[in-house]
Amino acid sequence: MKINLKIWKQANAKAKGRFEKYELDGVDPEMSFLEMLDALNEKLIKEGKETVAFDHDCHEGICGSCSLYINGRPHGPAEEVATCQIHMRAFKDGETITIEPWRAKGFPVVKDLIIDRNAFDKIMAAGGFVSIDAGQAPDANSVLVSKNDADKAFDAAACIGCGACVAACKNSSAMLFVAAKVSQLALLPQGKVEAKRRALNMVAKMDELGFGSCTNTGACEAECPKGISIENIARLNREYLSASFSESE
Amino acid sequence: MNKLDSKIPEGPLAEKWNKYKATQKLVSPNNRKKLDIIVVGTGIAGAPAAASLGEMGYNVKVFCFQDSPRRAHSVAAQGGINAARNNKNDGDSVYRLFYDTIKGGDYRAREANVYRVAEVSSEVIDQLTAQGVPFAREYGGTLTNRTFGGVQVSRTNYAQGQTGQQVLLGGYSALKRQVGLGKVKMFSRRQMLDIVLVDGKARGIITRNLVTGEIERHSAHAVVLATGGYGTIYYLSTLAVQSNGSAAMQAYRKGAFFGNPSFIQIHPTCIPVLNEYQSKLTLMSESLRNDGRIWVPKAKGDKRKPNDIPDEERDYFLERRYPAFGNLVPRDVASRAAKERCDAGYGVGKTGLAVYLDFRDAVAKQGEKVIKGKYGNLFDMYEKITGEVPYETPMMIYPAGHYTMGGLWVDYNLQTTIPGLFAIGEANFSDHGANRLGANSLLQGAADGYFIAPYTVSNYLADEITTKLPSTDATEFVEAEEKVKAHLDKILKINGTKTATSFHKRLGHIMWEHAGMKRNEEGLKKALEEIAELKKEFWSDLKIPGKTDELNQELEKATRVADFIDLAGLIVRDALNRKESCGAHFREESQSEGGEAVRIDDKYSYVAAWEYQGDDKEPTLHKEELKFENVEVKVRSYK
Repeated sequence: MKINLKIWKQANAKAKGRFEKYELDGVDPEMSFLEMLDALNEKLIKEGKETVAFDHDCHEGICGSCSLYINGRPHGPAEEVATCQIHMRAFKDGETITIEPWRAKGFPVVKDLIIDRNAFDKIMAAGGFVSIDAGQAPDANSVLVSKNDADKAFDAAACIGCGACVAACKNSSAMLFVAAKVSQLALLPQGKVEAKRRALNMVAKMDELGFGSCTNTGACEAECPKGISIENIARLNREYLSASFSESE
Repeated sequence: MNKLDSKIPEGPLAEKWNKYKATQKLVSPNNRKKLDIIVVGTGIAGAPAAASLGEMGYNVKVFCFQDSPRRAHSVAAQGGINAARNNKNDGDSVYRLFYDTIKGGDYRAREANVYRVAEVSSEVIDQLTAQGVPFAREYGGTLTNRTFGGVQVSRTNYAQGQTGQQVLLGGYSALKRQVGLGKVKMFSRRQMLDIVLVDGKARGIITRNLVTGEIERHSAHAVVLATGGYGTIYYLSTLAVQSNGSAAMQAYRKGAFFGNPSFIQIHPTCIPVLNEYQSKLTLMSESLRNDGRIWVPKAKGDKRKPNDIPDEERDYFLERRYPAFGNLVPRDVASRAAKERCDAGYGVGKTGLAVYLDFRDAVAKQGEKVIKGKYGNLFDMYEKITGEVPYETPMMIYPAGHYTMGGLWVDYNLQTTIPGLFAIGEANFSDHGANRLGANSLLQGAADGYFIAPYTVSNYLADEITTKLPSTDATEFVEAEEKVKAHLDKILKINGTKTATSFHKRLGHIMWEHAGMKRNEEGLKKALEEIAELKKEFWSDLKIPGKTDELNQELEKATRVADFIDLAGLIVRDALNRKESCGAHFREESQSEGGEAVRIDDKYSYVAAWEYQGDDKEPTLHKEELKFENVEVKVRSYK
C-alpha cells in the first residue's frame, strides 16, 4: 500500500505548528498504525530529515500513551480501541491520513504529536484515591462487595487515562475521566467514606485546570477506547450535588 | 574472599521476617523528614515504595520516563496476583506458596526472600482492596480466585484480564495522594542516565529531562531502583517498547553485582509474529490455559482449518507429555514443548511458528457467556490484532520474551552491593529463581514496594540521620554530569547511516537465535562474536538526528540500545557459564533422553553474581551458594 500522510509538526510548546506532508510506500496492511509511523521515521532518518515525535509504549491498548487524532477522530476509525490497536488494513491504498495531537486547553502540545497530560495527574492528586496508608488495611474479605458493584466499579476503573474523552468533547471537558474515578470509588464500600470530598475536590481541580463543562453530547463515550459509559457522569453529578449540599469542608 | 553476604537473619524460616522487623533499626518520625529518598520507576514496585515511604514521613522524589506514572508497564499484566489466603479451602498456605515458587523457579531462588513474599502476600491483597482495586468477587461478596500454571491450588486474585492495570492504579492512586500532600515530588518524562556515589554510597542520580534535554542532578540519602526487566533485549517481546535495561546497567557499571542475567522467561502464550515491521508481541494471559487446550495436528503440514481436524488427529501435546498438570505446566516447560513441536514441523499458521490454543470444549461445556466473563477483554484484544474470533476458531500462539528473573543482585534487605542502592520488583534477581510462576510478579513487586522496602530502607537510613543531604555541586555530581553529557555527544557525533532501531532488531535476532529458549555452547560463543561486531558497528555507523537539548526520541532509543548491547554480552557470558539446564535456561547439552531439562545441583546450585571490571574486560563471577533447608531439592516433574 501507498499512504499519504498529513502530520502536525510543532517544534515545542511555544512554536507555531503546521501540517507537513509525507508519502510512505510499501505499507503492509498487517502493520499497526504505530508501526507505520515507525516506518516513516526510519525513512526520514535515512533521508536526513526530522522525525515525527509521538507518544507510545505498550502497543496493546492499556498504557494510555497514544494521543492521536486520526482523520479527526481520537484513536482513529475503529470503536473501543487505542491508536496502537489500529491496523493499516483499516485504510485504503492511496488514502490520505491526517494525524494531529489532541486539541484541548488542558493538554498543551509538547512537540509534534506529543501533548502534556499532567493535568490528569493533578486531578488524581486532588482526590482520586482512598486515604489509606500501607499497613492500615482491614482483611479484604471483611468488607463484602456485591459482585454487581465490583463489576461496575471495574468497568469504570478500566479507564486508561489517555484523554480521548477530552479530545472528543467540543467543550474539552474532562468529565468522563473524573466520573470514572469518582464512580469506581463511590461504588465500593472502601471508597464511600470520602466519596463526597473526592467528588468536590476532583471537580474543583478539573475546573481550575481549564477543562470545559459537560453538555451531555456523549462524544466522550463514543470515542473512549475502553467503552467507559456516560452513566458514570450521571453518578458523578449525583455525588457532586449531594456533596455540595451536605459537605461543609 | 566471598564478597556476597546475603544477610539472611538467623532462625527458622517462618520466623526470619518477624525477627528482622522486631530487631531492625528504626528512624523516628521526627527524623524521617530530614531524610531524602529517590525512587526510580513507578510500576507495581516503585509507585507503592514511593507512596509508602512518603506516608512514613520521608521526603521522596520519584522518577519515570513516561508522561505519567500510571503508564509503567505493570499496567499490562493481565492474569492476576497470587496470595496465600486459602480462600478456596483447597490446601493453600504460606508454606505452599513458598514451596510452589521455589519449585517453579527450579531451585535457584533464595529460600528466605521467597518465604517473606509468601508471608506478606495476604497483606498485599488487603492493602490493594482497601485502595479500591476492584478484584473479582463471588456473589456472596467475598474475593474469588483462579488457578495459574505450575500449581494445584486456586490462589490467584484477578480483575478480569486487566489485573496489572488495576493493581498498578491502586499504587498510582496512593502515589498521587502523597504528591498532593507534598511528601512525594514527581518527576515524569525523566530518563536516569547515571547513579552518583559519594564515599562509596549511592547518593543521587543524573537524569535527562526528556522534554527540554536538560541534564539534572538529584541527591538523596538512598536510591531505590524499581526499573523493571529487560526482556526487550530480544527486540520483540511482550514488554512495552520503551522498557529497558539501562538502569540496571548503570548500577552494574558503578559496582552493583548483576545476578543471573541469563534467566529470562519466554512466555508460551503470545500472538505470533505477523510481519517484519512488528515492534512487539502481545501477550495472551496464562489464565487462558485454565480453559484453553493447546494442540497441533498429528500430521506434519496439515493445512486443514483447525475446526476441520477431528480430535483423534490432534496432538494435545502438553496433556500427552504432562498428564498431571496438562495445559497448566509452568511457562518454561510449555514454551519449550511448543517450540519442540514447531521445530519438528508440526507448527501451524503462515509461518509454521504457532500452535493452537482452543476454547471449543470450554465454550461447549460452560457456554460463551461464562467464558466471556473470564476472558472477554483478552478475546477482544486477540480479535483486534488478528481479525479472528476465538469463540469460534482456536487462537494461534507462540512463545515470546517476557520476564527477567535475573536482575541486580540484592541481599535480604533488597540492597545491592552498593550501600544505599536498593533494587525492588523485577529489577532485582531474588525471588523467582530460574523461572517465575504466573501471577507472582505483581505479588513480588507489590510486596517489595508496600511491605518490605519501607522496613529495609529504614533500617539503612537509621545510620544516616546525621548525614546532610549531599550538595549536587559536589565533585561527584559534577563529574557524573560531565560523563553523561560526553556520552550523549559521542552518540550524536557518530553520524553514520543506520538507525538505533535497526541495531536493536539485529541484537534481538542474535539473542533470540542463540540465547533464547534453547542455548548451547557453540551458539553462545557465536553470539559473543556477533555482539562484539555489532557493538563496533553501532559505535561507528549509528545515525541519530537532532540535538541533545530538545525532545529527541531517537537519542533516547540510542542510549538504551547501547546499554542493551553490553547487557547482551553479560547475558551470554552467564548462559555460557551455567552448563546445566534449569528453569528458563535450557542448555541443550544438559537434557534427558525425553528432552526434559537436567539440573546439575552439585555444580550449579548458586546465584551467579557478576562484577563489572571495565567495558572491554571480562566480568568477575561471584557465587552465592543456595542452601535449601526447608524444601527437598527434587527433579522438577509436572508429569
